[in-house]
Amino acid sequence: MSDPLRDLENTIVALERTMRDTGADLMHEIGVLKTKFDSMRHSKTASPEASSAPHPLSRWERVQLARVQGRPTGLDYVERAFENFVELAGDRTFGNDQALIGGPATLKGQSVMLLVQQKGRDTKGNIRRNFGMSHPEGYRKAARLMGLAEKFGLPLIALIDTPGAYPGLAAEERGQAWAIAESIARMASLKVPTLSVIIGEGGSGGALALGIGNKVLMLENAWYSVISPESCAAILWRDSKEAARAAEALKLSAQDLLALGIVDEIIPEPVGGAHKDMEATVQSFSEVVTRQLENLCTLTPTQVLESRRERFLGLGSFELRD
Amino acid sequence: MALERIFRRKKPQLAEGTDFPELWSKCPQCGTQTYKKDLLAALMVCPTCGYHNRIGVEQRLEFLLDAGSFEQTSGAVYPLDPLEFVDTESYRGRLERAQLKTGRPDAILAGRGRILERPLMLVLMDFSFNGGSMGSVVGEEISRAARIALERRLPLLIVCASGGARMQESALSLMQMAKTTVALQKLAEAGLPYFSLLTDPTTGGVTASFATIADVILAEPKALIGFAGPRVIQQTLRQTLPEGFQRSEFLLEHGMIDIVSPRAEQRDVLARLISHFTSPSPGTPRKGALE
Repeated sequence: MSDPLRDLENTIVALERTMRDTGADLMHEIGVLKTKFDSMRHSKTASPEASSAPHPLSRWERVQLARVQGRPTGLDYVERAFENFVELAGDRTFGNDQALIGGPATLKGQSVMLLVQQKGRDTKGNIRRNFGMSHPEGYRKAARLMGLAEKFGLPLIALIDTPGAYPGLAAEERGQAWAIAESIARMASLKVPTLSVIIGEGGSGGALALGIGNKVLMLENAWYSVISPESCAAILWRDSKEAARAAEALKLSAQDLLALGIVDEIIPEPVGGAHKDMEATVQSFSEVVTRQLENLCTLTPTQVLESRRERFLGLGSFELRD
Repeated sequence: MALERIFRRKKPQLAEGTDFPELWSKCPQCGTQTYKKDLLAALMVCPTCGYHNRIGVEQRLEFLLDAGSFEQTSGAVYPLDPLEFVDTESYRGRLERAQLKTGRPDAILAGRGRILERPLMLVLMDFSFNGGSMGSVVGEEISRAARIALERRLPLLIVCASGGARMQESALSLMQMAKTTVALQKLAEAGLPYFSLLTDPTTGGVTASFATIADVILAEPKALIGFAGPRVIQQTLRQTLPEGFQRSEFLLEHGMIDIVSPRAEQRDVLARLISHFTSPSPGTPRKGALE
């Protein structure tokens, strides 16, 4: 049986050798892998398998589940819950981001536009997909496909699964913030119904770029937050090892977000997490997504736009004083 | 050696620890001592090297607007602690301290004013309040300002200074990126101009939402502007960042902003932009005009 941890270690060694031999700049890939390796080793010792126990999962345990190897990725839903998917590539400006893919597909006979944040299913895939962390061209591709959805009257379904937008030099150079802002603005202005589903990690602005749904749905063990628990811990506690405490403080679970009105419905997962039974997970995904979409499709274009606007204008917690 | 000593002796009253240190200010960039009154007259820009010192909200108002033209509209919206967030300190504690320090409910001030006689709606972010972070109040005040601009058909200027979305309100802060975007889109649909002026520093969720969807983006010289902070990038890449990375001039070169605008020129350039964008030629169909 293959050991993902061992595989990852081998890949890191291989990359380091390649870098030494060829002089190729693989520093950031290696850095990403090492971080991943550390977190995997950590999660191996603090295994989320305890989830079959009757006690409710802590938020940190859910974060572990949202990241566990073998959890259904975006394409697993695309392949099982949708038909006739045609992937459309490129932002027409710079490149084709592999961490955010999209194109039209059918759901129960209805054509829709899919936008999918895609992590790798294994180490090799993760390198190709940059662990689900998009560069600006990913968000610009998303905005482009949103335009097609609008033009051809296709409802938009966005599957969110990203640790965050990629924080790299080239990403900044090409306007990461601008690309995310553009994607948010575009999605907010659509007159076709939009449905956002957080299937794994909902990391900050990189997730929100696809999060402007008329309805926002969330898998039971997914997380969604303004910042990852590790980064939050590094800033507020000055120690990323306090991530478990940060996860609690950030109230990033599906239940928390449902209570805050940020999420409209939770998609249940099998006991032990989505990876325990992919078919069951996809089935529960399909059931909820189909029903939500059917409801949205009864709205007129103006109602679609206005109700989405009202939804987001109404989010916030404050009090008025004289 | 002797010459150097004479040279040194010429400066001592300018050096720190001398007779009236409170009257002098040392430039963090070039080290030159400037008489504070002169620095103020230069809008807190170093006369020697052009370094733009960070300035507070009150000073910004004074530098930007026609004297006495500001009428505050913000201030009724107060933050809550919906998540009962506690890290090394409680969010409530942090808020109270920041409120006491700034005299404001949160990291934002908004109102109507005039720049060279042209009326506008103005929003200022207050970096001294919790790093200018965007939580529910900042999002709500920006939405309110956009609504006032819409009702009164005024152009809107937002002066940004923020470390990003506020962690202590977690996903609610994240949602303010969407909320402000929607509020500003309504303004855009009415054909009203929205300008953003990015000041040092503007990063994170603020950059990835309202700050960068403006019709015209101006930035002060050498302001740090970006999505991820330089420290985060450095940690990811494990290499030092190039000189000037994520600074205004770098962003101008990469096509991300319209104008790097020194403080002394901002009033003039804003006034001209407002004039251009609020005077369509007669007979030209204008967005929002037909409703």
